[in-house]
This record gives sequence, structure tokens and C-alpha cells, in this order.
Amino acid sequence: MPLASGLLLLTVDSMRELALHLLDIAENSVAADARDIVIAVDEDPKKDRLKMSVEDNGKGMDEDMVARVTDPFVTSRTTRKVGLGIPLLKAAAEACKGYLRINSALGKGTRLEVEFQRSHIDRMPLGDLAGTWFELLVAWPQIHWIFQYRVNGNEFLFDDAPVKQELGGVSLSEPAILTYLRETLQAGIKNIEITD
Amino acid sequence: MPAVKSLDELKRLKEDAIAKRNAKTTAGTVQVTVAMGTCGIAAGARETMRAILDTIETEGLSGVVIKQTGCIGLCELEPIIQVEVGGAPKVTYGKVSVDQAKLIMKEHVVGGHVVTELVIPAK
Repeated sequence: MPLASGLLLLTVDSMRELALHLLDIAENSVAADARDIVIAVDEDPKKDRLKMSVEDNGKGMDEDMVARVTDPFVTSRTTRKVGLGIPLLKAAAEACKGYLRINSALGKGTRLEVEFQRSHIDRMPLGDLAGTWFELLVAWPQIHWIFQYRVNGNEFLFDDAPVKQELGGVSLSEPAILTYLRETLQAGIKNIEITD
Repeated sequence: MPAVKSLDELKRLKEDAIAKRNAKTTAGTVQVTVAMGTCGIAAGARETMRAILDTIETEGLSGVVIKQTGCIGLCELEPIIQVEVGGAPKVTYGKVSVDQAKLIMKEHVVGGHVVTELVIPAK
């Protein structure tokens, strides 16, 4: 088996959590020099939809680049390396009566939106959203993070600005602060999530 | 229903952290970097990083700087972490599972001893 397809299989098999895909997309935003990143997850059981978005004010992409990150095998330009994270998520959404869309403007930023039929048999579980947000927050303290989780109209919103203002120069990776952040995110999600 | 934490509580924790920072630190500046490209994530890097953060919490390790980086071109050796202690050269570890991450934190970050068998040899 060629190495590339081996890695593809490994990736398909291992990214079986929507939260892992959000982590992957958020890392793209960080790499695009974003200062503010908003990650939103919205579950609507009545309409039977699950929607997620990642929005940043990083350097953005031109049309050609958007085409390449969405579908790297059909576009021609090969001047920049792109990963397989987004095409895999797009395929997963389309297999679940959903879609993946990217709006991007050079110098302004990027918004990626992906939606699934919530009850679809092949829809990946949301997975460890609290853990994903916790790690992004701690690993990239210079970025302003806003996390939003909505279920059935209930909302948990975490904006890290007041936390960082209160902490002043104290690092987010101090043990007691880690506990505070982890428990805040876990409780906020647990309070509104649907336990099927 | 779990209680949502308040900013008042954070204020108290911050003061605690400042007091403890002077009392207990690891050996010089310690920086741990986790590779979090798609290849790393697919190989389990989120769980590896979580093990590192959990160890900081449970062992009360103050002064550890946590960072992430993208793909470093060694996808087949993911999850990859790099540890820098004080002025010593950066050490790169490959295929770091949750248990191995805990071991590296204990031996290298706290104890100051490189876990030789997990190091990716320089080419």
C-alpha cells in the first residue's frame, strides 16, 4: 500500500469524533494567524440537525486555496501543501444529508460551517468537546477564544476574555487554573447536553 | 447539575497560584510542545496532551509552559511531543501514548532525566 493511502486510512479510521475535527479546523485557524476564534456547536433535535462552525480573523484564503483545502484531489495547483482533515469532514457531512461550506476572504478571515442530519446512523458522535476546548484554550493563550454550545435553545457560552483579565499575568497552565478551566467547560456542556 | 464556577473563585485561585509559584517550581523553565497537525490528532495527540495537563493538575506542577505546533513532517511517529528543560537542548519524543506522556512528565519534566528509549533519534 502506498504511504499516502495508508495515512488516509489511518486518518479516516481515527477521526471518529466531531470534536476531533473541530480541533483540527481550529488548528488551521491558529496557523492562519487568527487573533480571535469562535467555535460554535448547535444541536437541534426538533429539526434533526447538528451544525458546527469555526470562524476566525486570520489571513484568509483565495478561491483557489478554498477549492484545494476542500477537495485536494480535483484541483490542479500544487504550490501549497494541504491536509486531509477538511475533505474527510466534508465527505462525512455529505454522507449524513449535510454539507460543509467555507467562506473566506484574503486579509479578513475564514468561516467554516458544517451540518449533519443529527439522527443519521453514520453521524459521528460529538465526542469530547470540553476536552477539545480545554486544550485549545491552554495551548494558545494569546488567542481570544469564544466557545458556544447550544442545545434545544439552551446555551453555554464561554468567552475567555474575562478569565484572562482576572488572571493578569498568571499562566493558564498553573495547576489550580487548569482545574478551574476544565471544570467550567465540563459543567457548562454537561448542564445542557442531551444524554441519549 | 454540576455547579458553574464563578470568577470570584478564579480570583482566589489566582492568588493561591501566585503564592505557590514562589514556593514550588520545576527545574528552571520547562516547556512542553505537542504536535497537533491532522496527523497528530488522528494518532491520538489530544489524549496525549490531556495526559500532560492531567499530570500538571494532579502533581501540582507549577511553571510548565504548554504549547502546540503543527505537523513537523514525521507523521508516522505521531503523537510527537518536545520537552525543553532549562537551557538543555530540546528533546523530541515519538509515538507518545497516554502512559508514556505521564512517564515523560514524571521522569523528564519533574526528575530531569531524559526517557532515552522514547526519544526520536536525530537524523
